[in-house]
Amino acid sequence: MTAVLGPSVFGLDPLYIGGVGLAEVLVTLLKVGVAFAFLLVAVMLMIWFERKLISDMQNRIGPSLAGPFGIFQTLADGIKLFFKEDLIPERSDRLVFKLAPYLSLVPAFLVFAVVPIGGDFNGGDGRVSLFGHETFLQVSDPPVGILLVLALSSVAVYGVMLAGWSSGSKYPLLASVRASAQMVSYEAALGLSLAAVLLKSGSLSTNQIVSEQAVWNWNLWVTWVVPMVVFLIAVTAELNRPPFDLVEAEQELVGGFHTEYSSIRFALFFLAEFMNTITMSAIIVTLFLGGPNGPDFTTVGWLSGLLWFFAKLVLFLFTFVWLRATLPRFRYDQLMDLGWKLLIPLSLGWLLVLASYDIAGDRGWNRAAAVIVMLAVMAALAALLGLALRAARHRRELDPQGGFA
Amino acid sequence: MGYLRGFAVTFRKLFKGTATGRVVTTQYPDEKRPKPVRFHGRHVLNRYEDGMEKCIGCELCAGVCPARCIYVRGADNSPDDPVSPGERYGYVYEINYLRCIHCDLCVEACPTEAITESKLFEFSFTSRADAIYTKDELVVGDDGRPQQLPWEDWHPGDDEHTSAWVRATSPSGRADYEGKVAWSGELGYGIRPPEQGQAADEASDSGHHDRHGFDDPHDAHGGHR
Repeated sequence: MTAVLGPSVFGLDPLYIGGVGLAEVLVTLLKVGVAFAFLLVAVMLMIWFERKLISDMQNRIGPSLAGPFGIFQTLADGIKLFFKEDLIPERSDRLVFKLAPYLSLVPAFLVFAVVPIGGDFNGGDGRVSLFGHETFLQVSDPPVGILLVLALSSVAVYGVMLAGWSSGSKYPLLASVRASAQMVSYEAALGLSLAAVLLKSGSLSTNQIVSEQAVWNWNLWVTWVVPMVVFLIAVTAELNRPPFDLVEAEQELVGGFHTEYSSIRFALFFLAEFMNTITMSAIIVTLFLGGPNGPDFTTVGWLSGLLWFFAKLVLFLFTFVWLRATLPRFRYDQLMDLGWKLLIPLSLGWLLVLASYDIAGDRGWNRAAAVIVMLAVMAALAALLGLALRAARHRRELDPQGGFA
Repeated sequence: MGYLRGFAVTFRKLFKGTATGRVVTTQYPDEKRPKPVRFHGRHVLNRYEDGMEKCIGCELCAGVCPARCIYVRGADNSPDDPVSPGERYGYVYEINYLRCIHCDLCVEACPTEAITESKLFEFSFTSRADAIYTKDELVVGDDGRPQQLPWEDWHPGDDEHTSAWVRATSPSGRADYEGKVAWSGELGYGIRPPEQGQAADEASDSGHHDRHGFDDPHDAHGGHR
């Protein structure tokens, strides 16, 4: 991209090159409005899609009465929740209790702002023409791009944590403890697998990341698959979706963090949860599957990008539902073991292997040899880690009462 | 990879019409499954053939109730106009259906077979007070059948075999008592015959291992179809 544009709040969007006038503001507002409406409708359809799909996988029928194929079931549920009595527990922290649903909801909306949902990347840089104004098909393209996603997903943790804490009730409190531990643990693996993508694309801007993957150069194979698998698992944990839904484990914690919530506040939590599922799927598509990239099969330049993006998005939404239908919930120690002992070392090691590949290319070394040496080093380190874990477990078994003193 | 086989299983289920994708849902209000013979529904308070109430107000049912939904107060029978044979009768008898879990322990505890359960479960209320059934509502009518109250949705067969457990194969749990009448008569029915025992079923058609009385069209004693 051109270096002429200085970093700004609105980022590198060509819309703002010629200064910001009324037309630019209107175009921006239109994009914001479309993104907002899209997310709300998408959540409605996603909940229906998930319920329908999971009931198919469980030999059931699922929602079938509200509208054709029960497609308005979510709408009916929303209206019902809206008119239900809103209870605030006596022993709750009222301010935080009321604030928490919005702390989950607002980040869910904001994350979507940096996702390029379309645009022509086959030769172009993703610009489209909206009412005669050149712009990207994303609400904004800040220079910090993907860091905004990480920051907002960290903020979303507060929504769940404070909801549980402020309820003044023991099960929500336990859930909030779990939520904070789980989300902090998987944030590390999330960041490390993301670093592999950043290493390859060399930019934080989502538009740049997508441009780098033009047509078939998708990060999925550019980073050799593993970072995407780690990212997908870590995202599932971040979203508190099954099999990592310990935060709302019904068998153990009643409803988890939202036990004490009712009416519209409860609905907001679920809106946020499903919206996060959609936005995080969009982020995976952007980071690993080239976003709107794909061979142009239409005559209209921008249409192919949109279609590719939504096809990939639906693929991931299907994957999340499929995971939920197939896998039983993790136990808490299994969750921590998977996060700390497998995903974090794996993504860190993979990042180093990718880096060695790049460095070997820069220095003119034999790349295959560099990667093989790195893989051998990583295997040795993995063996050491495994040995250390086994020794620690052995010592625990010898002295079960032993503490950390 | 054992982990991945599960994904294949759930994916195969997506396709309806296949052996694994068969839908098991019963569209409840539109289609209803037949009820088992010993279905635990709304209670009834039985009476003897002469119209006397069986309840003696002993409160054993209230004592055994894990949900504490039964409230009983006994009173002395007036010698001139007794409600039940013997000294005492149930003066107050109330069941709170917001609490009842239909475990049938009250039926097992009852020494006089006064309380049994019908197969009615489709009833609802609009207030907490309405959820408490009083003795007037629970006691059987003069024809020996449960009263069908306006807010209850009775279906054919719901009011039959209300005392099925009592007349089970060997109520004491001992095989010696199989087929022997060890229960009292009921208003409108008299002394009902014993149920055909499980042993008899197995002898007549060996290898036919239906769960007792459930979904079995050849059921000699069910009559629930």
